[in-house]
Amino acid sequence: MTSWTDLQSALAAENYVASDDLAVSLHLALSLQRPLLLEGAAGVGKTEVARVLAAAQNTKLIRLQCYEGLDAAQAIYEWNYQRQLLAIRASSEAGETGKQVEDRIFSREYLLERPLLAAITQAQAPVLLIDEIDRADEEFEAFLLEILADYQITVPELGTITATTVPTVILTSNGTRDLSDALRRRCLFAYVDYPDRETELAILQARCAGIETRLAEKIIGFVQTLRKEDLEKVPGIAETLDFAAALMGLGIADLTADPAALQATLTTLLKTQSDRAHITTEVAQRIAGKAA
Amino acid sequence: MSRVTRFAGRDPGATARMAGFMAHLRENGLRLGVQETEAALTALTYVDAAQPAETRRALKAICTGCKDDAQQFDALFDSFWMDAGRVRTKVMPKRTAPSKGDDSVHSSRNAKGEDAGGAGDATAPEAGQGEAENDGEGKLIATEMRNLSRRDLRDLIQPEDIAEAEAIARRLGLALRDRRSRRRVAANKGDRLHFRKTIRRSLATGGEPIRLIQRKRPDRSRKIVALCDVSGSMTVYAQVYLAFLAGLMRGDFTADAYLFHTRLVRITEALRDKDAMRAIGRMSLMADGFGGGSKIGESLDTFAHTYARKFVDGRSVVMIFSDGYDTSPPAHIDAALATLRKRGCRIIWLNPLKGWRDYQPVAAGMAAALPHLDRFAAANTLADLAALEMELVTL
Repeated sequence: MTSWTDLQSALAAENYVASDDLAVSLHLALSLQRPLLLEGAAGVGKTEVARVLAAAQNTKLIRLQCYEGLDAAQAIYEWNYQRQLLAIRASSEAGETGKQVEDRIFSREYLLERPLLAAITQAQAPVLLIDEIDRADEEFEAFLLEILADYQITVPELGTITATTVPTVILTSNGTRDLSDALRRRCLFAYVDYPDRETELAILQARCAGIETRLAEKIIGFVQTLRKEDLEKVPGIAETLDFAAALMGLGIADLTADPAALQATLTTLLKTQSDRAHITTEVAQRIAGKAA
Repeated sequence: MSRVTRFAGRDPGATARMAGFMAHLRENGLRLGVQETEAALTALTYVDAAQPAETRRALKAICTGCKDDAQQFDALFDSFWMDAGRVRTKVMPKRTAPSKGDDSVHSSRNAKGEDAGGAGDATAPEAGQGEAENDGEGKLIATEMRNLSRRDLRDLIQPEDIAEAEAIARRLGLALRDRRSRRRVAANKGDRLHFRKTIRRSLATGGEPIRLIQRKRPDRSRKIVALCDVSGSMTVYAQVYLAFLAGLMRGDFTADAYLFHTRLVRITEALRDKDAMRAIGRMSLMADGFGGGSKIGESLDTFAHTYARKFVDGRSVVMIFSDGYDTSPPAHIDAALATLRKRGCRIIWLNPLKGWRDYQPVAAGMAAALPHLDRFAAANTLADLAALEMELVTL
């Protein structure tokens, strides 16, 4: 049995800096084989956790992106109607009996695996990412409960397909709607917040190899202060990384040296027109001055 | 001195302590079952349980289910395990735990949500009852007391009103139905052919598509979000509006409701209680400050920046019940409504004063709000609200 610190370093080897809380939650999710619900603002690295976890464990990542109107056929399995139809046409010429045809067209060969079925039939336990579960309808959420509890799927024509391996399930939610208590109770929970200064600095240094420490500190200081401003869309970690890449690409080493250049790179951080209007050159310089 | 709580010698062991901790969490509003106790004990075998920090993290992952729980958890953990507990009566570590009154609000809203730390706790032992009451078995309650005047809203509302309001809310919900969904679903009568289903069904007839299945655009209901001003000047109308909110919550499961006076409180979960009068009772606990002053602009602003980001979208209709008498500058309302508008929602303002003859929206707050509204109407009684149905159809 490995400990959570081992997991934390395994994630770090994949350039993901996980907080202690998150690492313990992930470790428990793996040990107890329970799904883990990650909640938090957009851009704090929830989806990334799943990707990195799969890489660290050297296993497959199966992703199900939820959206309004997502139904069982798109998430679990579907019969391959076109192939079934062709098989029927072909069999009528070959003179097969009805029973033979039926047995053939309702076999695994004609079953199209969608993410959830695929996740439980892998030889090596994959990481199953159910992304933005709060976008799916409540019916779908209820549907998921059954699969997450028993890890088995019933296909009426075939019978029950039981999991060969239990996948590591990670659900993410941005909180656009309240999730049901039933779902929350079946999952372990971790709230992922914007990282603190040290963590974000570590992330930046892990992702942008070769960045100067002084510049990295200034960038983090700038972004952390910017997050406290009254913004419509608060920049996440991905935006910080883009911002750092932009600064490095333009060869800017000092945020206060060239106001116009800094303003130009803010496109990586500010994603709405009103946020851009709000953070004028003067405001940006004030924030940069504070950060320095 | 060690900060770890020392348990009595007669204490039967780790399992009992864990059960005690779970009971402690339950008393403070976390909803946990026996299954969680078991999971918590199992979880401790996977971490170094002798390390308080690790135990805390492991139990946090098991016992919390939403952001509010997670924020509250550390203080609750300390109060039980870290010698901050074993307190005889009510006092607990300094922090702002959400009150028991909103224990069921499982939303993942921003920490800025104004009701955090709101109402006091109904089950907290009364202050000043004297030592005689303290038998050493006092509950560990990790909330701060707030002594604000409290009003039992049950005095205001009758069950018949709620039933009537429920019917009206249903009808309004229907009136607001938007008939333009972009996705099509299978239907017996539709405007297009559902190819996948048709082929699927044709298997039964040897591949001949005898029965054609259609697709149509389903009805998509609009979501009602109601914000009700319960400040002093609105007290006379509160009866109507609160009944409407209660009815709305019971008649429409997608609706959302808030109260505001000097701060904003989300009451959706409380109002969903199966027992209507108990729901009103739960709401009373949150409505501290009822009948006081009103900060419309600030409340709307809080709403626009917290809950609205999550619960309001282009299919929402925001109904504001207020007379527009604000104690803060009108620019606040203007800015708040402008922010809200950007979310693509419709805004309806129901002002009881508009029912008066010769009423002019001259109150500065109301005047500032007008340009942002889709409808500005009067509604003094439930009948007035019902009459709105026809108007809302055209929204």
